[in-house]
Amino acid sequence: MTITADVLARHHITQEEYQVILKELGREPTFTELGIFSVMWSEHCSYKSSRIHLKKLPTRSKLVVQGPGENAGIIDIGQGYAIAFKIESHNHPSFIEPFQGAATGVGGILRDIFTMGARPIAVMDALRFGPLDDPHNGRRNRRILDGVVSGISHYGNCFGVPTVGGECVFEPVYNGNPLVNVFALGVVRKEDIFYAKATGAGNPVIYVGSKTGKDGVHGATMASAEFTEEAMAKRPNVQVGDPFMEKLLLEACLEAMKTGAIVGIQDMGAAGLTCSTCEMGSRGNVGIEIDLMHVPQRETGMSPYEIMLSESQERMLLVAEKGREKEVFDVFEKWGLDAATIGVVIDENTLRVKDHGVVVAEIPNASLTGAAPMYDRPHAVKPFRAAPIQGPSFASSDLTADLRRILSSADVCSKRYIWQQYDHMVRTNTTLGPGADAAIVRIKETGTSVAMALDGNGRMCSLDPRLGVQLIVAECCRNLSTVGALPVAATNNLNFGNPERPEIMAQLVEAIEGMAEACAFFDTPITGGNVSLYNETRTGEELVAIYPTPVIGIVGLLPTQTPVSMPFRNPGRDVVLLGGLGHCDLAQFGGTQYAKVILSDLWGVPPALDMHYEKRVHAAARQAVAEGLAESAHDISDGGLAVALAECCFRTTSPGGGIGAAIDLASDLRPEFLLFHEGPSRIVISTANAARIHAIAAEHDIEVHTIGRTVEGRLSIRGSGTLLIDSPVEELDSIWEEALEQLLRD
Amino acid sequence: MKVGVVVFPGSNCDHDAWYAVTHNLGHEAEFLWHSDPSVGAVDAVIVPGGFSYGDYLRCGAIAKFSPIMSAVKKFAADGGIVMGICNGFQILTESGLLPGALIRNRGLKFICAPVDLRVETTNSPFTAMARKGQILSTPIAHGEGCYIAGERTLDELEAEDRVLFRYVNNPNGSLRDIAGICNAGRNVLGMMPHPERATDPLMGSTDGLVILQSVAATLTPAAK
Repeated sequence: MTITADVLARHHITQEEYQVILKELGREPTFTELGIFSVMWSEHCSYKSSRIHLKKLPTRSKLVVQGPGENAGIIDIGQGYAIAFKIESHNHPSFIEPFQGAATGVGGILRDIFTMGARPIAVMDALRFGPLDDPHNGRRNRRILDGVVSGISHYGNCFGVPTVGGECVFEPVYNGNPLVNVFALGVVRKEDIFYAKATGAGNPVIYVGSKTGKDGVHGATMASAEFTEEAMAKRPNVQVGDPFMEKLLLEACLEAMKTGAIVGIQDMGAAGLTCSTCEMGSRGNVGIEIDLMHVPQRETGMSPYEIMLSESQERMLLVAEKGREKEVFDVFEKWGLDAATIGVVIDENTLRVKDHGVVVAEIPNASLTGAAPMYDRPHAVKPFRAAPIQGPSFASSDLTADLRRILSSADVCSKRYIWQQYDHMVRTNTTLGPGADAAIVRIKETGTSVAMALDGNGRMCSLDPRLGVQLIVAECCRNLSTVGALPVAATNNLNFGNPERPEIMAQLVEAIEGMAEACAFFDTPITGGNVSLYNETRTGEELVAIYPTPVIGIVGLLPTQTPVSMPFRNPGRDVVLLGGLGHCDLAQFGGTQYAKVILSDLWGVPPALDMHYEKRVHAAARQAVAEGLAESAHDISDGGLAVALAECCFRTTSPGGGIGAAIDLASDLRPEFLLFHEGPSRIVISTANAARIHAIAAEHDIEVHTIGRTVEGRLSIRGSGTLLIDSPVEELDSIWEEALEQLLRD
Repeated sequence: MKVGVVVFPGSNCDHDAWYAVTHNLGHEAEFLWHSDPSVGAVDAVIVPGGFSYGDYLRCGAIAKFSPIMSAVKKFAADGGIVMGICNGFQILTESGLLPGALIRNRGLKFICAPVDLRVETTNSPFTAMARKGQILSTPIAHGEGCYIAGERTLDELEAEDRVLFRYVNNPNGSLRDIAGICNAGRNVLGMMPHPERATDPLMGSTDGLVILQSVAATLTPAAK
C-alpha cells in the first residue's frame, strides 16, 4: 500500500511526524510499521502533549519502590510487603459501548496490577456523566450510566476483586464525553515484584491468555482524537472483555511467577502486542523478535497489521528463562490457557516482526519510544473558562428546603444504587467500604491496613485548574486522615480536552503544576497514572470540551482496627468541628453545590486553601482517631457543613446512623455561606471527650469548636441562636437515599 | 475437623472460606482442585462462591460435570457434610444434590449488601448451635439468587423442616423468602448468603460463625 496523505491522516500521523519516521528508518515504512508507529506515537501511548509537563511531578519518597514508567507504581508498606496501584481511564470506549468500555477498563487496570506480581485487592471508580435529567441527552446519559455500572459490576465481581468506593458526578459537559477512571490496588511481597523488562538474549518470548482477534484494532489512536458524529461507527474498535479469562490469567500468572522461570512480564493493553514487545525490549536494552504465525489467533486471515494492533483483552507477554519454558507452560495448561512461544530476545535494540519467516516490520526500539514526538504545545494564554467572576445576588427563603434539594441532587445523593451492584466485600478485607470518606482494606499478610480515596472536582478546576487540583489533593489527604490513615502516595488521571487548543493546554499545564506543588507538600508523590486528552465533542459547529477533570487517588497507611466512619453512633455526644467554620465570600461560593443545585449557576473562584493549615488539620484528625476519641468523623466537602452534618445522621452500612444533632454556630457569615460553603480544612467529629480534642487542636495550632450535641432523630442547625435548618433525620435520609433511583426511573 | 474447599476455575470466595475456617474458626482446611477425582481425607466440603467456569451457559451448569463434583456427590451420599455457598448453592442444585434452582434476582441487578437471616430450625448440623428464630446478619453478593422450586417441592421442604434460613426482608424475590435449605439426609446445605464473610468482627459481623461452629461441633463432639 502506498502511504498517501490520506493514509497518514487516518493514522493521526502528521507530515512532520512522518518525516521523522522516514529519518529514523532511513526508508519508507511498511504498512505494518506505519500502524506500529501510529499507536506507539499516539497521545494515549506516548503522552506526547503532556510528557514535557509530567516531568514536573514529584515521584520519589522513601516509601516509593517503583515510580512512573512501569505498569503500576509500588510503595513499601513494611514487613516485607508492598502495594501496587494505579488509575487508568477508559473514557472513549465507555461512551461508544458503555458496558464493554467500562468492563475492559477494569480488566486493563487489573492486569497492570498483577503483571507486577501483585494480587489485586481493591478497585475504585471515578465516573462522570451528563445529567440524568438533561432535556436532550437524559435518556442516553441514563443508558450510559447503567451500562457503565453493569460493566464494572460484571467484570469486578466475576474477577473477584472488591469495588470499595469511588465517586460519581454529573455535568452537561460530560454529555458527549463521559469519564470512566478506574483505580486498582494490589498487594505483593517485595521480593516477588515483577517488572516489564526483557533480558537475556536467547530467552523465549511467550504469549499467554486469550487468542488475538480483530477487536480493538486502533483503540489507542481512537482514544487520542476528539469525537465526531461518526464516532459510533468506531464501535468495532471497542474491545470485549471476559472476566473469567482474566481471573484464570491472574491465577496462572501469579503461579507461574512462583516457578522462578519468568524473567519479565507485561500485559497487552493499549496497542497490544506492539506496545508490549517494544517496551519490554526497550526497558531491558535488548530487542524482541517474533513471528506472527505463532500468535494464537481467533480468526483466520488476519494481517500482520491487525495482529500487531489488536487490543484483544486478557493477554500477557512474558519472557522466560531459556530451557525452563516447560515449567511455565505446565502452569498455563493447568489453568486451561493458551501459551505459545512466539519469539526470542535478541541482542539488538530492535523490534523485529516476521510473518511466516518474512520480515514485515523492523524498527529500532528507540525510534518507537525515545524518538516519539514530544510537544511543548502553546499554552501562554489564560486557561479556558466560560464562567464569570461576578456572582448573582440571591437570598434563600427556606434553608431547610435548600438542604433537601441539595441532598436529593445527583452529585450529593446516596450512590447506593451504584455500589450495591459491586461486590465490595469479596476477599474479606474491606473494613470500610463504599459511601465512606475513604475506603479501607486490611492486609492479611501484615496485619496492617491500607486506605484509599479518589477525588476530582471539575467544577472547581474549571474556575481555576491550579487551585482546583490542589483542593483535590487536600481533600484526598483529608479523607484519608479522617479515617485515621497517613497519606503516602498518589496516582492521577488527567482528563482534559484538546491539547492543541492553547487555552485547553493551559488548563493542563496549570493543573499539573498545581498538583506537583500540592503532592510535594503533602508528601504524596505521584507513582503513575494516565492522561486522557481530546475529551471534546463536536456537534455541528459547536465544540464542547469537558471541564478540566484531574482525578487523584491517594493511598494511606494505618494500623488495622475497627474503622472510624461517618455516622453518629450515640446521642448525647459533643459534635466538634476541627479546623473551624472557614471563610467564604461571594466569589468563592460560585463553585459550590449550592450554586449548582439551587441557583443553577457557576461563577467566581474556588475557595482559598492554606496548605500548611490543612496539613495541621489532618495531623490533628489522625491523632484524634489514633487516641480513640472519634466515635465518628466526616470531612466537609461537596455541599458544605450542612450536607456533611446531614450525612453524619444517615444510616449507611456502617453501624450507627439515624442519630441527629442540635447544632448552634456562632459566625458572621451570611447563612447560605455558613451552611453551604465548601471551604477546605474542616472535619466533623462526634466524641465523648471534646476537651481532649480541643487540646489536640491546640497542639496542632488549629481552630476547633464544639458546635452542638448529637440527639435522637432530628437535625437542627442554628446560626447564633436563629433556627436555620430543622428536619427529622428520617425525612432527609429518605430523600437522600432514594434520589438516584428516582432520577434513573424517569 | 478438616474442611475441603473446592476450587473451580473462576471460584473467588475459595480463599475467604479457607481463611474463615483456618483463622476465624480455628480448624484445618485445604483446597480441592476441580479436576481431582476424590475429596481425599476431609471431614466436610465447602463448595464456595464465585463464577465457576465463568458461569457460562447457566450458573453452576458446567461445574456439575467436573470430576470433583462426582466426588462430592459420592461424599454426600456417604453422609459427608457439604456446604454450598452462593455459586456453591447454584452448583448443588444443578448437580441434583438439592432441589429447586436459582434464577436472576427480582430486580435484575447484582446485589451486595448485608441482610438479616432467620434461623428456621436447629435440626441440622449447620444450625445445631444456633437458636431457632435467631437473626444472623450475613452478606449477600449475587445476581442470581432468587430461589425457585415447584409448589410441591416447597411444601415438602417445609414439611420436612428443611428450610434452614429465611430472609427477614427478601432481597431477591426468593419464593417463601428461602435463603438456605438442606437435603433430605440433612447433610447437604445450600445457601445464597455468605457466612464466611461474617466470621470476623472487623468485617462488621460474626453471625456466620455459628454455622461453621455447628458443623465443627457435629463432627468433633468432644470439642463441643
